[in-house]
Amino acid sequence: MAELTLVQAINLALTQEMEADQRVLILGEDVGKNGGVFRVTENLQERFGEDRVVDTPLAESGIMGSAIGLAIGGLRPVAEIQFEGFLGPAYDQLTNHAARYRTRSRNAITIPLTVRVPVGGGIHAPELHSDSPEAIYAHTPGLKVVMPSNPYDAKGLLISAIRDPDPVVYFEPKRIYRAFRQEVPEDEYTVPIGKARIVEDGTDLTLITWGATTLQCIEAMDNLPEDLSVELIDLRTIYPYDLDTIVESVNKTGRCVIACEAPKTGSMAAEIATAVQEHCFLRLQAPIQRVTGFDTVMPYYKLEMQYLPDAARIGEGVMACAEY
Amino acid sequence: MPKRIAYTTEIEYIQILDEHANFDESLGKGTLRDDEVVFLYEQMSIVRHYDEIAFKLQRSGRMGTYPQNKGQEAAAAGAGFAIKKNAPGSWLVPCYRENLALFLNGLPMEKILLHWMGDERGNQIPDGVNILPIAIPIGTHPLHGAGLAWAIKYRDRVMNESRDNRVVISFFGDGSTSEGDVHEAMNFASALKVPAIFLCQNNRWAISTPISKQMGSETVVQKACAYGMHGIQADGNDIFAMYKVTCDAIERANNDNMPTLIEAITYRLGDHTTADDARRYRDPAEVEAWESKDPLIRTRKYLETRNLWDNTKQTALEAKAKQMVSEIVKNAEGIETPTSDDIFDYTFANLPDEIVRQRDTMHTHSLGQNPQQETLNAHSHAGAR
Repeated sequence: MAELTLVQAINLALTQEMEADQRVLILGEDVGKNGGVFRVTENLQERFGEDRVVDTPLAESGIMGSAIGLAIGGLRPVAEIQFEGFLGPAYDQLTNHAARYRTRSRNAITIPLTVRVPVGGGIHAPELHSDSPEAIYAHTPGLKVVMPSNPYDAKGLLISAIRDPDPVVYFEPKRIYRAFRQEVPEDEYTVPIGKARIVEDGTDLTLITWGATTLQCIEAMDNLPEDLSVELIDLRTIYPYDLDTIVESVNKTGRCVIACEAPKTGSMAAEIATAVQEHCFLRLQAPIQRVTGFDTVMPYYKLEMQYLPDAARIGEGVMACAEY
Repeated sequence: MPKRIAYTTEIEYIQILDEHANFDESLGKGTLRDDEVVFLYEQMSIVRHYDEIAFKLQRSGRMGTYPQNKGQEAAAAGAGFAIKKNAPGSWLVPCYRENLALFLNGLPMEKILLHWMGDERGNQIPDGVNILPIAIPIGTHPLHGAGLAWAIKYRDRVMNESRDNRVVISFFGDGSTSEGDVHEAMNFASALKVPAIFLCQNNRWAISTPISKQMGSETVVQKACAYGMHGIQADGNDIFAMYKVTCDAIERANNDNMPTLIEAITYRLGDHTTADDARRYRDPAEVEAWESKDPLIRTRKYLETRNLWDNTKQTALEAKAKQMVSEIVKNAEGIETPTSDDIFDYTFANLPDEIVRQRDTMHTHSLGQNPQQETLNAHSHAGAR
């Protein structure tokens, strides 16, 4: 079993799915010879040819809209949008068409489309290269949204996404593309969409997170008092999120903290907090805490580390909830 | 340095049957046979009657908003018949003013009525009919057409599937050409060299905005030059011209993998939709001038001068259209009302627990959820259906 980075794990999943299924093709800006700006698709054009790894014109709506046509035409397109900020031009096609064709046509037309999008801050990038818009797409009926936090899940979730009969937005936390390596089986496996992962068992407090913030949560937990037992949940799928795992955990611990990079208001943290109070009200020992980004525009990189929830802020949120 | 010309081009306009029913024998040679002209005249007449009945259904409260096709039947007939005859199995990617093209290629006629009656089953295109649902947003669908054409090429090259001459034709109006997606679609189709046809029905008006305010360019078709694709303008009220330019585009798509932009010059004789009143912004003289260019009038004249049509046949056709359309209306209105489950059941192939919960409790709890539940597992309906 090889030790792979998140980038390598995604590349492996793409390679294996393209090997296994001729209907799978990659399209996007600079995905061919260049291997993508993050090198996620490195060597794939060399291996599978220009018909299957396609450099498109520089137009995100065009990428999304033509990928919809490819999907209707019986293929399994994997479209890359270079940065999450550039989902803007593709938003109409993604939300008004990819997400709606199945319902609109009463199952006659379906869109088995995977949209790969690097997401989140922390890499000193220019504007619109560092946002966390996952809640927008989770709020769009007809889309599934996933975000792995490690190489193992990255491979398994991507294979699930490609094989899914419906459109899946696959967010790749770019900050941890090469942050660490993990053993990733060469064999084919899937990580099911809709299932969270309990990173660490605990009994006193439930800490819920996803994507790159999972690492900050682990770091925060290392600095907590030893007698505080925190259960860490990595959501993995943003929609449909794993309510059962969350409810079971909070019913056990009675305390809940949610950490993510996105702006606070209307975030997935808000949604999960609401669901927790709906389902765990009588078990709650403390108000639910949210440790998130701010309701501001994501700052340029000189200030970005102050915007992103770090281990210290997450630790404070956990202690506020634990000591309530 | 001496100046040089960077690029020049010329774009043709084709008309074969003019508004006085003069026929260009040399251009028209080898296009439509007599029996085909009779067939298309009948189809255009039936669809004109269908259009009138749809208008009445809306006015009498039996159907929602409906966009009349009146005046534009020839563009749909010529292009739709070219596909049916020369490239069957092609994809048609419609806007909403080319009903006849869809009917000619296998769409059951009650589907369009169902759509405008507020029922998604109108978009439930039968298996084996390669037509997308009519598109409500303007100009977004030609990208799906470009993608579908790409899929045909891909399946041929990568999966060794026969193309069988198939192409993809996307229909849109003059207003659509101001939308960025139409340009991205043409650019993708040209850059990726896929068998796509873009058919712009320039009916002069986008609701109340005339073509003169829609664009600074003299024609729609000249935009083809910008994408390095072939462009041709045709009299959109002339079935022969529309048939010919579409046949040429099919050939170009199949032989050279190159897209074509066709601009059909036509006119919307009715309002934009039943919710619109074009008298607010259109000069009646302009409408009157276009009424005399009506495709039905000139096609009938063409047939009559060749002794292919007479009043007896016309009477019989009108009776047939009436009976046919009344049957279609009966079918559309006779369909059972959908149940509220249908709101939920088509969101995904496999419904997430939360959607199942909302579906199963929408009639028993005001919030669409079960406030009594403490743990979810005990109440989860996943897999119950």
